[in-house]
Amino acid sequence: MNQSDFLKVVLPFKDKVFRLAKRLLVSTEEAEDATQELLFKLWKSKEKLADYNNVEAFAMTMTKNYCFDRLKSKQASNLTLVHSNYKEKETSLDKKLEYRDSVNQVHLLIEQLPEQQKIIIQLRDVEQYDFEEICKMVDMKPTAVRVALSRARKTIREELIKKHNYGVS
Amino acid sequence: MELANIEKLVEKYLDATTTLQEEATLKDYFTGGFVAKHLQEYAYLFNYFDTAREETFTKTISLEPTKSKKRNLKWFSVAASVAVLFSVFVGKQQYDKNMQRKEAQRIYAQVSKGLELLSRNLKKGEQAVANLYRYEDGVHKILR
Repeated sequence: MNQSDFLKVVLPFKDKVFRLAKRLLVSTEEAEDATQELLFKLWKSKEKLADYNNVEAFAMTMTKNYCFDRLKSKQASNLTLVHSNYKEKETSLDKKLEYRDSVNQVHLLIEQLPEQQKIIIQLRDVEQYDFEEICKMVDMKPTAVRVALSRARKTIREELIKKHNYGVS
Repeated sequence: MELANIEKLVEKYLDATTTLQEEATLKDYFTGGFVAKHLQEYAYLFNYFDTAREETFTKTISLEPTKSKKRNLKWFSVAASVAVLFSVFVGKQQYDKNMQRKEAQRIYAQVSKGLELLSRNLKKGEQAVANLYRYEDGVHKILR
């Protein structure tokens, strides 16, 4: 496998790796470093990549594990507290400011979820993987994934309703 | 899509039993702009997911090893230990040289002291011999 072959395999999901890393590590710089590091790791083990029939799922699992390691290591512990500098991309420029705030609110709400739920909601609702793939990526049983996902969705919804009602009245 | 159907799907969505197709239906409805008031919070949710999906990794991918801090530290320690070894080596040499010089000085001092003693005693002896000659001369004068 040469460099261009490798890039052809990796490019379709590099953004997904980046977004998952950012979901877990919060800061953009950290996520960029993590993505870079992961792609390099994949490149180093490129001989083995042929054995995996699903490189993408493998990469996502690696991302998850790598980010957990980063979070555990002291080096990253001061960075987890950095407030997210999330910028929304011009989707609702013409819409009301309040509306945009509510959309951004979702980001903060997800940030407060437990790590496991964060990953699963990222993989399902943002990246739209099917359950089978998610089970493989996070190494959990389907029922456990569903329970975590359901819990995450309900929590976000309840918080949104709470925030919205307070905000209006 | 009629509202009753959407409500049903929302229930399933919260229980995480929707399929990807059903979620796509929900997404289309909630990002479409006409959302029933009591379901407003889902519009925020699905709009957020849409925007979150747009974020991309913009940095160029480099497949060269990145210079990690760890490696630098490793080489730094190697360099430091080499430096320590070298300085110990040089220091030892200097110390030996210094000791040798001190030893030589000590020996030199001892030798010169000994020689001085010798020369002093020789002078004494010479004096004595000179006196002896003087006596001998005297004796010769008297005997003549």
